[in-house]
Amino acid sequence: MEALLYQVSSGLANGIIYGSVALALVMIYQATHHINFAQGEMATFSTFIAWALIQAGWSYWAAFFFTVAVSFAGGLLVQRIVLRPIEKAPVLTNVIVFIGLLLIFNALSGMLFDHTIKAFDSPFAKDAWFDTKYFSSHQVGSAGVLLVVLFALFAFFKYTSVGLAMRAAAQNPDSAMLVGIRVSWMLGLGWGLAAAIGAVAGMMVAPIVFLDPNMMAGILLYGFAGALLGGIDNPLGAVFGGLVVGVLENLLGAYVIGTELKLTVALVLIVGTLTLRPDGLFGKKVVTRV
Amino acid sequence: MANLFEAKKLSAFYGATQVLFDIDFDIEAGKITTILGANGAGKTTTLRALCQIVRTTGSMTLNAGAGEVQLVGMSTDAIVRMGVAHVPDGRGTFTALSVEDNLKLGAYVRTDKAEVARDIDKAYARFPQLAERRNQQAGTLSGGEQQMLAISRALMLRPKLLLLDEPSFGLAPMIVAEIFRIMRSINAEDGVSMLLVEQNASLALNLAHHAYLLETGTVALSGPAEQIKNDESVRRAYLGY
Repeated sequence: MEALLYQVSSGLANGIIYGSVALALVMIYQATHHINFAQGEMATFSTFIAWALIQAGWSYWAAFFFTVAVSFAGGLLVQRIVLRPIEKAPVLTNVIVFIGLLLIFNALSGMLFDHTIKAFDSPFAKDAWFDTKYFSSHQVGSAGVLLVVLFALFAFFKYTSVGLAMRAAAQNPDSAMLVGIRVSWMLGLGWGLAAAIGAVAGMMVAPIVFLDPNMMAGILLYGFAGALLGGIDNPLGAVFGGLVVGVLENLLGAYVIGTELKLTVALVLIVGTLTLRPDGLFGKKVVTRV
Repeated sequence: MANLFEAKKLSAFYGATQVLFDIDFDIEAGKITTILGANGAGKTTTLRALCQIVRTTGSMTLNAGAGEVQLVGMSTDAIVRMGVAHVPDGRGTFTALSVEDNLKLGAYVRTDKAEVARDIDKAYARFPQLAERRNQQAGTLSGGEQQMLAISRALMLRPKLLLLDEPSFGLAPMIVAEIFRIMRSINAEDGVSMLLVEQNASLALNLAHHAYLLETGTVALSGPAEQIKNDESVRRAYLGY
């Protein structure tokens, strides 16, 4: 029984990470109706920036917030410079560019920060008051950080007029222009926010899996599965999806298929969701009249 | 300039293809002007040209209280901020968002929150069907209700000029009659100037004050709507009835 509880709790802890990556993916999807395959690599690059700042003597939280700000600006710039020219291009063009960005950021991380594995300390002390039997202090802390990000995003999309404008611009750019929304800038804003969320996810993951250029490769896949499972247009669903993926991966890996095939769980979930229930568990079914 | 809007030698292009050829037309403040014509005449393009979502050459001046402003070369969002609201063909509703969100988006460029809330209530008073469905996804509304929503969304801007692209399209005659009746009252009560593009000439001529007839990108005919409506030879030659 205790082993099972450990599997579930560790699954939930991993699930928080997958959930935050899923959140970044949902963010970009809400803004642009595209899935950003470079999300993981951009997050890794952001984490390296934080690492470099800490190495240079910055305090953790100073480095954290600076990295988030720089990532926001970076994401915005990537959209303005690389993606704006292909805004009207077919989906496949965008997909190819995302894959290109994935390769570029991965290579940049390796080039600027080399491929040796680095330690990245957690800001949450190992003996903090919230360190518990099933969840380490870092896992609890990460969950707290993610919850804050999640609720901020949720409130942004639901209650602010910029959030509504972003959703409108993604769904129907032509009509959005006609009500005075600057659609291009909304896309840039979406990318900026997603890059910022990705940076947070990266900095929460690095203490667990150690920092190297390929840190996020597998995690992106889990995040993707979580986002699809929860509904690609639903931030809360994304986090829930991430948690489910985390727990399923651990339970299936420990009791059913063996740990080598854990990544398969993510792949099966992706294919299964897209074939059986493309809107995900909580995605809204959009009705269009012909 | 006495008119609300004047277009001079306006040409419009989709890529290399020219669709409007040096057309002139005016919109009088407080009146309903209609542009008629068959499919492919360039009616929708004219409205798109006004909002600068197609490439244009020539001149379009708007006199909406901030002096005379040249619209050619302006960004679409700047033109919206000048008070031009466009109800596109096919309604253009945000189908995945709620009715209420659609209305809120219509007022996106406005900063007077209390007045915006008042205008939303006004829209619901004018169209009770929308009030009943305020939290429903807009895509689930019937065609007529979506048209009402599209018009209400445009009115949320408190526009100086309302552009309507084929509001009768695809709707049952009874619904169309109601919508046109409401358009007339919007013009009469709130003094909103309108530019109405329509294929249904008799409907448009019954509503409008002034009419232009477009034929393959040029103005074939223009005059007071009453005059064109009553001129049988013109009707038969140009409008087919």
